[in-house]
Formats: sequence, structure tokens, C-alpha cells
Amino acid sequence: MQWIYLIPALPFLGALILILFSGRIGKMGVSLIGCGSIGIAALITGIAGAQFISGNVQSFVLPLWNWMQIGDFNAGITLNLDPLSLAFTFVITFVGFLIHVYSTGYMADDPDFSRFFACMNLFVGAMLMLVLADNLLLMYFGWEGVGLCSYLLIGFWYKDPANGAAARKAFIVTRVGDTAMAIALFMLVQHTGSLQLSTVLAKAPVLWTTGDTTVVTIAFLLLGGAVGKSAQLPLQTWLPDAMAGPTPVSALIHAATMVTAGVYLIARTNILFTLSPAAQATVAIVGAVTLLIAGCSAFVQTDIKRVLAYSTISQIGYMFLALGVGAWSAAIFHFITHAFFKALLFMSAGAIIVALHHEQDMFKMGGLRTKLRGVFIVFLIGSASLAALPFVTAGFYSKDQIVWLAWTSAQGHIAYWLAALLGAFMTAMYTFRMVFLVFYGTEKTHVHHKPGNSMMIPLYILAVLSTIAGFIELPHTLGHLTLLSDFLAPVLPAVEAHHGSAAMEWTSQGIAALLSFLGIYLMWRFLSIPVVDGLKQYWKSGWGFDAAYNWIFVKPFVYLARINRHDIIDRLYTGLATLTRSLHRMMSATQSGILRWYIMGIVMGAVVILSVIIWRQYAV
Amino acid sequence: MTLFLFILIPIAGGLLAWITAAWNKELPRWIALLVMLFELVLAASLWWQLDDAARWSSDQWIDTFQRPWMPRFGISFSLAMDGLSLLMLVLTFFLGTLSVLVSWNEIKERTGFFHFNLLFVLGGITGVFLTMDLFLFYFFWEVMLIPMYFLIGIWGHANRTYAAFKFFIFTQAGGLLMLLAILGLYFVHAHSTGVFTFSYFELLDTPLEQNVGRWLMLGFLIAFIVKLPAIPFHTWLPDAHTEAPTAGSVILAGLLLKTGAYGILRFVIPLFPEASHFFAPWIMLLGAVGILYGGKLAYAQTDFKRLVAYTSVSHMGFVLLGAFAFNALAWQGVVMQMITHGISTGALFMIAGSLYERLHTRELGKMGGLWPALPRMGVVSMVFVMASLGLPGLGNFIAEFLILVGSWQAQPVITIAATIGLVVATIYSLRIMQKIFFGVSHREYKLPDLSIREGLMMAPLVIAIIWLGVYPQPVINAVKPTIPAIVQAPPVQPVPIAIHPTK
Repeated sequence: MQWIYLIPALPFLGALILILFSGRIGKMGVSLIGCGSIGIAALITGIAGAQFISGNVQSFVLPLWNWMQIGDFNAGITLNLDPLSLAFTFVITFVGFLIHVYSTGYMADDPDFSRFFACMNLFVGAMLMLVLADNLLLMYFGWEGVGLCSYLLIGFWYKDPANGAAARKAFIVTRVGDTAMAIALFMLVQHTGSLQLSTVLAKAPVLWTTGDTTVVTIAFLLLGGAVGKSAQLPLQTWLPDAMAGPTPVSALIHAATMVTAGVYLIARTNILFTLSPAAQATVAIVGAVTLLIAGCSAFVQTDIKRVLAYSTISQIGYMFLALGVGAWSAAIFHFITHAFFKALLFMSAGAIIVALHHEQDMFKMGGLRTKLRGVFIVFLIGSASLAALPFVTAGFYSKDQIVWLAWTSAQGHIAYWLAALLGAFMTAMYTFRMVFLVFYGTEKTHVHHKPGNSMMIPLYILAVLSTIAGFIELPHTLGHLTLLSDFLAPVLPAVEAHHGSAAMEWTSQGIAALLSFLGIYLMWRFLSIPVVDGLKQYWKSGWGFDAAYNWIFVKPFVYLARINRHDIIDRLYTGLATLTRSLHRMMSATQSGILRWYIMGIVMGAVVILSVIIWRQYAV
Repeated sequence: MTLFLFILIPIAGGLLAWITAAWNKELPRWIALLVMLFELVLAASLWWQLDDAARWSSDQWIDTFQRPWMPRFGISFSLAMDGLSLLMLVLTFFLGTLSVLVSWNEIKERTGFFHFNLLFVLGGITGVFLTMDLFLFYFFWEVMLIPMYFLIGIWGHANRTYAAFKFFIFTQAGGLLMLLAILGLYFVHAHSTGVFTFSYFELLDTPLEQNVGRWLMLGFLIAFIVKLPAIPFHTWLPDAHTEAPTAGSVILAGLLLKTGAYGILRFVIPLFPEASHFFAPWIMLLGAVGILYGGKLAYAQTDFKRLVAYTSVSHMGFVLLGAFAFNALAWQGVVMQMITHGISTGALFMIAGSLYERLHTRELGKMGGLWPALPRMGVVSMVFVMASLGLPGLGNFIAEFLILVGSWQAQPVITIAATIGLVVATIYSLRIMQKIFFGVSHREYKLPDLSIREGLMMAPLVIAIIWLGVYPQPVINAVKPTIPAIVQAPPVQPVPIAIHPTK
């Protein structure tokens, strides 16, 4: 199993080659290296996965080299492949590979073809380090590395300053979360003396009792990192703007992989969260609230990519909800299916956007059902999965599990269940609003170019996966299959569900399914929901978070920077210099060369000295 | 003897460069380059031979050199090298070599005198890093100051005279305070032991009355934090860095600032452990304020070199924070920060120099959209901009992370403030890339991308910063034996931060 180091090494190598030899290997060469490195990594992951599934390997730790060792503190460049990281690695390499292939078509006419693939490969490498890291410091390396690539790719079309602004926003907002995470690492070093995940997680229950302030603080700080990266409340504002990047980037980074890093972090450190009920409950609340507000925002967008962006925030909200109620594997399940169907939706949206000459406004689309038949079918499959249409879609199984456990798990609550149901209803509405706006009605923009095979084949594969991936985990009421949660069991504890009968579960599923259909029907009939204009605008702007942050943080910072551009402290020294100079001028003014003045000065001096002497003699 | 050669060669080379310029204007460049390369190879080979954790742990001192100089006053020509000095020497010669290369096209006038000054500064810095006699230390401290004044004042940009004066006055004022403190320590030592000596090793054990120790410590500290610089003594730095020629900026940011940090680690803390512990929280606070304040000022600048100069104020705040955290993690981080900041800021100044050669401006407002014209320079800049914001995988991250982990254990609240500095660093760093390389260009540029010479300068910097980011262990090993000497402080008695009545 030594060869698993190739999984992250190949994408890094690909990126290195593409950076060093950009412009000298031609488009074909770039495509081959860009896709090939990820493809081989995916194959190796497949082989490793076979080893795990066949039961030969439970987990595999591969120390590569010692990163730093100071006294007792030790951090290694060490990879850890276990079921959880394998699940993520599989999605990253496999979906990543499909997206790379798609990109060869999507980016074909871009002059910066090579730079694009260099960044994409670098991203995959960093993301793999994030999930394969066996210590939190190495995970932080991947964590920031993906942030860099996200920044580079959001601002890929750098000529437009708006793209640059979106890229910087993404980097800075996530960095706020990362700072919280960094402080969590400092605390862990202080208390456990290590950042080794196995050590930390083994020591935690010994060091801390449930609810201990220290562990609760650590968990909250880790949550801070997670909400930044995963675009959850209150740091969700960067993701909609991140859509400025090319669509494959949105599919890979801002839907399938990077934004789920927060989910990975929390799942990985689940013991710390179990020890801190307050933090874990906050995870659930953040998830529930985020999924609702993002759902509302998705509903009123006009830009197809922004709908999908808000939808991503909302779906990650489901994953957080699952984590918050202790349904660890349910979160991972939803991550996997979401990666498939959201990548599919993004990339088919990309196909539409290219076909319509970079038109992203849904209200200028319409009637594409016949013109882009293939895209229509795969988009419909993806939408069905996102809207969780019962039985045949992957999204149904993964979301249903979360909805049900939000209520019945040990930490569950009926309010979570209601939020999840309401969210499912909204999901169905905004998803099919998109479908009906884009593919039905009259044609408003002419299709000038149909997507080629390199774009369509990945879509077909993802469409299949968006359908069948749900069958790896079936609820009690429908066959009861637990392939995924069994697979993840060595890493993620099973959920504790304490109440709920089959009849209740049927009812829950029935309501969820009914709500999905109701949502779709409403959209079919009305295509919009009567919302007051003001509220609509408020939702569309993402609940005013941007404006608030602008007032609270950005403006004061810029103002302070502006008024103090010339450094007030320097004034002090300039003042000192000016004072010295003016004293000098005064003194030199007395040097007039007029004898009378000099004699006068001597006399005055004598008088002063004499009076002081006399005063001292007699005043006492 | 090697130690003496380290100092002698640049000084002799400097004189030679000045003389030979009379025959050939290009000769001084080659002499300076050869001198620096020779020194670099010498220092690096020493490091290479010693790079073994086992050998490092045996003894702090690798080599010493001692000759009596003025025995009547207890002054000797005493040099010694440990891992910390060795690392600083490698950095000095590395950046020294690059600063010769960077001046290849930039400096056209009075090449002989230029390279004389350049080599003298470098020789002075080498002396500072090696000396173990406080009188000699003060001597070298001045040796590096005066040639630097000429470098800024003669070959600088438009406002060079002002900047050179300001630089000189600030450092000189600090230096005088240090001289006073050195003399104070000298007499206190003589008073209590009867031995008049400037020897570092003997002064280490000077019994100090609490108050005297604190005053003397402040004398040293102020000299060093003027150089570092920490607020509120930082204001010479933006002017000096901005107006200096590229080589001057590289040496200032990369090396001269490090002498301040080195002084703190080598002299302030070991000589005055009690006072250092006493002032530690306040100094750490000063460091954290510097991180944030410097970062905010960096963001506000419109001149590229000035911006980078303020980032130094911010990054050197980490040094102050870590040095007074009193634990091994933070100290390792401080040394790492000295090295990586030297490399990354040096590189940014070199980029600024290259851009100035092409565009004849340092104004960020007049740049923009340069990526298509200068893609390779863009990639290199991206690396160092990322280094300056502390991206893991690059050396600066290791430094900042270790400092923060260490200082967290001493002062959590101050550390939180410093950690927020990472966000500020992101804000100003990304602004650099946006303003220079992204966006639309104001005019159609036909600019040459990195030349071979520039590529040869940048490649080692990029390799070094990545290497330090993924495998910093050789540096950590080298510093390890020095740390017990710094820690050798009496166990701290919790001293409340309150002014209590003194006798």
C-alpha cells in the first residue's frame, strides 16, 4: 500500500509540470497531463478502495517524512487512508477527473488553458492532502492550499476587477474561519501536546469530561473554521460571489469538494464534538438555519449559477444538521450524493451557459428542452436528485436519512425535523423553478453551439451516479441496507436513534415526498410564489449579510487605513524635528552680530544669575 | 580562524573592489559576487557537515576565535559561532550574493564605491552575528550602519537624503543607548566581581540588582527594537526601504532588521533574564500591536516598496511576540521567521526592483494587468505574496505557526490579537497581486518577462522558501542547542504587572 502516496503526489506533479512548462506542451499535452494525473490518482484510489472493501485493510498510515519536530511536539508529512478519508478521496479523484475531462471541452478556447489546469491540479492535490492528513497541521496545509486554489480559480478571468474582488472576498472570509481553526490548534497543542489526530482523539475523553469549557471552546473554534470553508452561517457570504469563476471550478471546488471540507473536519473530530454538547447543538442549529435562509435566497435568484450556489449552501446545511444530531455517516452519505448531483447540475448549467454565449440569466433562457436534449435530460436527473424525488434518486435516500434522524436521533429535535422538511419543500421549488425557466416556455436566446462529447460524457456518467449512488444505504422501511455506514463504522460512531417506529418513518418519508411533489406542482402552475418585493430583494441579496459586514468590518477598516495612510506616529518624529529646527532658528536669530545685543545679553544673564543667588540666600 | 575569515574576506573584498574600479567598472561586481559566493559556500558547507541532530545536541558552540585586543580595558577580539549564528551567516551570504546580482544592471555609477559599501555592510553584519565581545559588537553595529547610510544616500531614489538621515539618526540614537547600557553593565560587573571585561560569556553571570538590570535591559532592548523595528520606533523603515536601491532594500529588510532580532535573542534575554520576564507581557503586547498596526498601514500604501516595508513592521511583530514567550516552540519560530522573512521580503523587494526597471514607477495605481505581459514574474510574485500571508507549505507559515503556538501558552489573549493579524496579512497581500498583476492594464505593455539573470536570482529564493516550508528540520536542528542558553533564566517568579514601590 506504499503507493498511496501517489494519490496526492500525481496531481501536485501535474501542477508542477504545467506551471514550469506552460505554453511549451500544447493544448493536447496540457489536457493529457491535467486529466491524466487525476485519472491515474482515481484509479489508484479505486485499487486502494478494493483493498478496503475486500477487508484486507482497515486503515493505512504512511509516514513520508518528518515535517517538524521540536521537543515533544511533532508533526509529520504522514498520510492516513481510512474509510472516511477513502470516501472523500474517491469523490475528489473520481468526480475531479470527470470535471477535468469536461473542462477540456469547456475551456477549449481559453488562452489560459494551461494555467487553468495547473490550478485545478494543484487544487486536487491540496484537497487530497486535506483529507489524507493524519495530523491537524497537515490538514491545515491542505485547508489553506485549497483556499489558495479557490482564490486563483475564482479570479481566473482576472481582467474583470469584479472577479478579483470575488476571489479576494472568498480568501479573506474563509481566512477568518481559518484563524479560529488555528487557535483551536494552538489550544490542542497546549492541552494534548500533539496535533496527531489519533493522539488528540484518544486523549480527549481522558482529559476532558463532557461539557468541559476547554473542549467546548476547541470545538467551537473548529466549527469556526468549518463554517468558513463550508460557507455556513455566518461566513456564507463568499460562496455566491465565488460563481465568478469558470463553471467547472464551481462544480469541483464550490460544490463537490472544497466546500465540504468543514463537514470532513467535524466528522473527523467527532469525538471532540460529542464531548461538547453545546458546540454540537450549534452545528445542528447553524445547519438548520443556513439551509433555510439559503433556500429562500436560492428561490429568488435570476442567475442560474447563483441559484446553484445558494442551493449548495443549503445542502451543506443539511450535512451540518446531520453532524449536529450525531448522524455522522448520514452527513457523509449526503456529501457523496450531493457531489454527484451538484457537479452534474453545475456542469450542465455550464453547458447551457456556453451554448448561449455566456448567458447566465435564467429569464433570458427558456425553451431549451428540444434544442439541448441531452443537457435537458441530465439536468432533469440532477434536479430530481436535488429535489429528492422519492425512490429513484440518490438525493432522496441521503436527504431522507437526515430528515428522519434530525428528529429521532439522541440529539435530535422536532424543530430540526420541521426545518429539514421545509428546506426540502423549498429545494423542490427552487430546483424546478430553474428547470421550468430554462427548459420550458419560449426560446429567448439562440443556441449557437452544442456541447461536444468531452463535455457530455462526464455528464452522463454523473447522471447515472446521481441515480444509483443512493442505493448504498437504504432506510429501514425500504430494504434497510447499511453499506456506507458499515464501511465508515471504524471511524464514525453509529447514530444513536432512540425513538421512532416504522410507521412514523413512513409518515416522515411520505410527508417529505409529498412536499417535493407539491413544490414542483406549485412551480409548474405559478413559476413563482407571491413574495413581497422588498422581501424578495432582501432574500436575493442574501439576507443583507454583505451589507452588514460591509458596514461593520470593511468600511471602518478602509476608513482607518485611509485616514492614517501617513502614519500618525511619524508625525511625532516630524514634530520633534520641526521643534528642533525652530529652536535652532530662534537661537541663530540671537547671533545677529550687533554688539549692543551681546552686551545686553551678558548683562541680562548676570542679573538673572545674581537674582537667583540672592533669592536662594534669603528666601529660605 | 574560519570565523575571522568570514569577516575579513568581505572587508578585504570591499577594499579591492573600490581600488580595482579605477581600471574597470565591471570588475567590482565580479569581485563582490565571488566574495559572496565563496562565503556562502563556506558557511553552507559548515551547515551541511553539521546537519545531524546528534552532533547538534552535543555542544552549543561550533567554533570560537579569540585574540586580545585592548586587554587593559578587558576588550578582546572574540568571535564564536553556534547554530543560530551559522544560520544567520548563511542567510547573510545568500542574500548578499543576490544583492550583488540584483545591482548588476541597476547600479551604473560609482560601481567601485557601491560594492565597497555593500561588502562593508555585509562584513559588519557578519561581525554582529559572530561577536562575543560587547565592545566589538558595538563596533560592528556601527560598521554596518555607515555604509548603509551611503548606499541609501547616494544610490537611492528621489527622496534619498531625507531617508538616509532618518535611518542614521534613528539607529544611531538607539545605538547610543545601547552603548550606555553596555558601559553600565561593564561597570556593574567590575563593581561586583572586580574584573573589567566586555566578554559576553563573563557578563552573562553578572549579578544584577533588580532595578539596575531593568534599566540596562531597556537600553539594549530599545536599540534592538529600533532596528527590528517595533512600533513606535518603526517610522525610519518605510522611508529607508522605499528610497534605498534594490540591493539596499534587500539587505535592510533581509538582514539589518534581523540583527535587531538576533540581539534580542543573543543579548537581551540571556543577559537580563529577570528583567526580560518582567517586561515580557508588555513587549509581547507591543509585538501584537505592531502586527496589526503594521498590517493596516501596509494595506493603506500606494507605493509598492512602502507597502512591503510596512509588512516588515507587521512581520517583525511576530519576532517580538515569540522572543518573549519563553518557550522552545516560539523561539524556533522566531529564528524561522528571521530567515523566512529575509527571503520572502527580499524577494518582494527584488520584484519591486524588476518592476521599476521596466515601468519606472513604484506606484500601485499605475500598474495593473501585468499578468499577460509578465506571467513568470506573476507566478514568482504569487509565491512570495502567499509566503507573506503565511500560506502553509511555505517557510513563513512554519515560523508564524510556531510563534503563535508558543506565545499562546504564555499569553493567550495577546496571541488572539496576533492571530487576527493573519487576516490582515491576507487583505494587504492579496491587494498586491490585484493591483499589479490582475485587472486591466492601463496601456499596452510590451515588457520583457524575467530575464535569465532575474530567473537565476528568483529560482533559489522560491526553492528556499518552499524547502523551508516542507522540510524545516535542518533549521530547527541547528537552533536547538542555542535554546537552552536562552532558557537559562532563573525560574520565573510571577511578577504582577503593577508598579510596586521600590526602595
